[in-house]
Amino acid sequence: MTKHRDAGKKEREHDIAMAVEKEEHKHDVKTKIPLFDRIFKPEHIVLPNGHSVDRPRSRMPLILLALLIAIIIAARSTGFDFNLLLNRINQLGVILGKIFNPNWEFFPKVVPPLIGTIKMSIVGTVIGCVVALPVSIFASSNINKNRPSLLIIRFIISVVRSLPAIVYAYFFVLVFGLGTFAGSLAIAFFTFGIVAKMLYENIETIDMGPYEAMQSFGANTLQSFWTACLPQILPQFFDNCLYCFELNVRNSSILGYVGAGGLGLLINERVGLRQYNDVGMILLTIFVVVMTIDLVNDYIRSKIV
Amino acid sequence: MSTMEHQYSENVIEKLASEPKNFWKRFIIFLVILGLVIWGNTGSNFNGITEKGMNVAKAIVSGITHPETLLLFNLTSKGIPMLLLETISIAFLGTLIGSLLAIPFAFLSATNIVPKWVSIIFRSITMLIRTIPALVWALIWIRVTGPGAFCGVVTQSIASIGMVSKMYITAIENLDTGVLEALDACGCNLFEKIRVGIIPQLSASFISTAIYRFDINLKDATILGIVGAGGIGFPLTDAIANARWNRVGAFVICLVLLVIVIEWISTQIRARLAHGRK
Repeated sequence: MTKHRDAGKKEREHDIAMAVEKEEHKHDVKTKIPLFDRIFKPEHIVLPNGHSVDRPRSRMPLILLALLIAIIIAARSTGFDFNLLLNRINQLGVILGKIFNPNWEFFPKVVPPLIGTIKMSIVGTVIGCVVALPVSIFASSNINKNRPSLLIIRFIISVVRSLPAIVYAYFFVLVFGLGTFAGSLAIAFFTFGIVAKMLYENIETIDMGPYEAMQSFGANTLQSFWTACLPQILPQFFDNCLYCFELNVRNSSILGYVGAGGLGLLINERVGLRQYNDVGMILLTIFVVVMTIDLVNDYIRSKIV
Repeated sequence: MSTMEHQYSENVIEKLASEPKNFWKRFIIFLVILGLVIWGNTGSNFNGITEKGMNVAKAIVSGITHPETLLLFNLTSKGIPMLLLETISIAFLGTLIGSLLAIPFAFLSATNIVPKWVSIIFRSITMLIRTIPALVWALIWIRVTGPGAFCGVVTQSIASIGMVSKMYITAIENLDTGVLEALDACGCNLFEKIRVGIIPQLSASFISTAIYRFDINLKDATILGIVGAGGIGFPLTDAIANARWNRVGAFVICLVLLVIVIEWISTQIRARLAHGRK
């Protein structure tokens, strides 16, 4: 009996050894020597015990060279001038000094556009998130098995995301006229791009077991998705929405620059008049509002997750 | 058989009944969101699309579908290739300088390296940097450097510090100190400890963060031109303001392609950094 078991064990060990060897061999065939290592031959080190090791040459010099060339090209094309910076850096001190000495009397003038900015962000975020939810479901590879439609939807999401919100705002201001509506719409587009991307990445990581169980009960795709997947997705969805809302309040403060309402108009005007104390007040207000929203979001998040 | 079935279904029903009843809670959340949206819309000025607006919309769509191809192959400083190069250069230099400047900030804000009060001071500095939007930074720096691409570089160098150092701090606070203790036990000096104990642990996540920031900076660099800080932003807004929609179309298409391509490359590199070299 024991002999038999021993024999079995040996056989198994042999099998494992063969498998390992095979695997190693396969690995050998598969790994091609990179071009770099063929040009710069690896260093051959013989250890005191007779074994030899091939140490590939460091790629660092090559990377540094590429980086250096890129820096030179970039510095040329941007007209990098360190002397200019050193000579006029005191200007920055003057401006920052004024910004950190905010003009408190300016506060009443900040409030109405601030509320406009917040309203704009709320409407834009909600519209963007509501549209993003169904689209991102069709953009996740574990639910939408139709490859072409998946790629098309993802491509659309990438295109929407790659344009900055302020460019959308510029277009919408021209189409819908000056004001917060154009801003809300621009924010909605921007939010859609971000939330849809984050969400389809989240959806792809969910546990599909419950979904398959529902399918085996005979539920159709919509029913099984509704009961099995949605509860897993929703917390992440709300989390993404809150994150995006925070981002939007920060970002939408500049949309007014092209006339889309909110604080941007005021910032533009005050900077133009060189009233940096007023700019400081505006920035301080944004800072406090963003901090408050951050705290509220953290509270809501702790309730959801 | 039938009794068993009956029992099973009863179990299921019991389970269903024991589920927490969230209907009212959800309904209230829904009402709150709806209320916020309605309140948000009160100041909105939507009064339908005017005929003029409709014409503009049509012009935009036709411009984007019929881009000015001449601009694509114009190699002077007004052509798209040079403008794109300038935009990429701004983002590249800005990210490089910003991510180098962020290193001291990050080390001085990491609670496992400096005392708490020092970290609080540096954390609030980076937070202040983050609060000022990039466009406002550009408006400030333009008074120092004058308009041009150099202003964009300086702006991005400073504006990057906020986010980059925040992510660096996380990496530093997750340092495995056991490695340092082991090196101590081997009798390594401070320089050797940094070289083999700290740099290998941090380099991957630092580089990954910098590449991620490059993505963001590239998108920001396209809008900095609006205030005159170089890049493709100024010609783009200029074309929009002068209603030269075919030109706008060419700019927008190139911009979208550039951002998508760079994003794809950066995702590939970051995935490689995360999973080790293949």
